[in-house]
Amino acid sequence: MLLIECPWCGLRDQTEFHCHGEAHITRPLDPDSLSDEEWGSYVFFRNNPKGLHYERWEHSHGCRRWFNAARDTVTDHVYATYKPGVAKPEIES
Amino acid sequence: MTNTTAKDLPRTSSCYARSAIEGTNSLREMDLNGKLNIRGDASEQKFVDGMSQVLEMDLPISANSVNERGSQRLYCLGPDEWFLHCNLKSTDSLAQNLREKLAGVHCAVTEVSDYYTVLRLSGPDAEGLLRRGTPLDLHHGVFKHDHTAQTRFGHASILLHKLAEGEAWDIQVRWTYAEYLWDYLVSAMRSL
Ligand SMILES: [Zn+2]
Repeated sequence: MLLIECPWCGLRDQTEFHCHGEAHITRPLDPDSLSDEEWGSYVFFRNNPKGLHYERWEHSHGCRRWFNAARDTVTDHVYATYKPGVAKPEIES
Repeated sequence: MTNTTAKDLPRTSSCYARSAIEGTNSLREMDLNGKLNIRGDASEQKFVDGMSQVLEMDLPISANSVNERGSQRLYCLGPDEWFLHCNLKSTDSLAQNLREKLAGVHCAVTEVSDYYTVLRLSGPDAEGLLRRGTPLDLHHGVFKHDHTAQTRFGHASILLHKLAEGEAWDIQVRWTYAEYLWDYLVSAMRSL
């Protein structure tokens, strides 16, 4: 059983949460100026690292707010959770 | 034709007509009360003032806390969401007063009285019965009287409130899940 810290509710069981993929992806400001390949890579392509990964999570059975988490995809260790809009924390993995 | 308002609605949860269980531990569905979901920004003074003036109580501002005044309970669900329990008959007027007072403020007041129902579980084994379905730490040293939390019970999302006194808990659930929750708790009670 994994405990994850919701920035608003505190430590809660992992089954209250859902992960929604890679975080910190910025929508291009001017999509019309992008090539199909650039647009395709924004829409479809994601990093899939073995190790540290920055992800979007949602506290779906709790406050239903979204937040970000830095998690190790091998060990499942959650290094940090932080509110949306906050810069990526530096993590030494 | 007349407009249907909250007070005309029947009590319609899926465990309607199930008799309350009375014994060492008891379980019953509470009478339908008024429920308002309120979204707004706690850092906006006009919102905070308007809310506390109309509801005549302080706005709780940390998630999973509750303030009470008479039959009114105001739950803080998250950084921008509150949930009001009130007398069914005053629901419409409270909603209207809030909307008038908060006119021009970016917020939303939504009446959801018949979307949820509240089950009350009480008795010496209540905490243990709840532990069968929720992963939350309910130990009395951690989850104290008047603590509240949105969490999970089995597959249902619930709003759990340990009442101010005794071993009594209010469990708010979507009424379509009420029967599921009821049966889950009853089978847990049978296996005590
Ligand atoms: Zn939360």
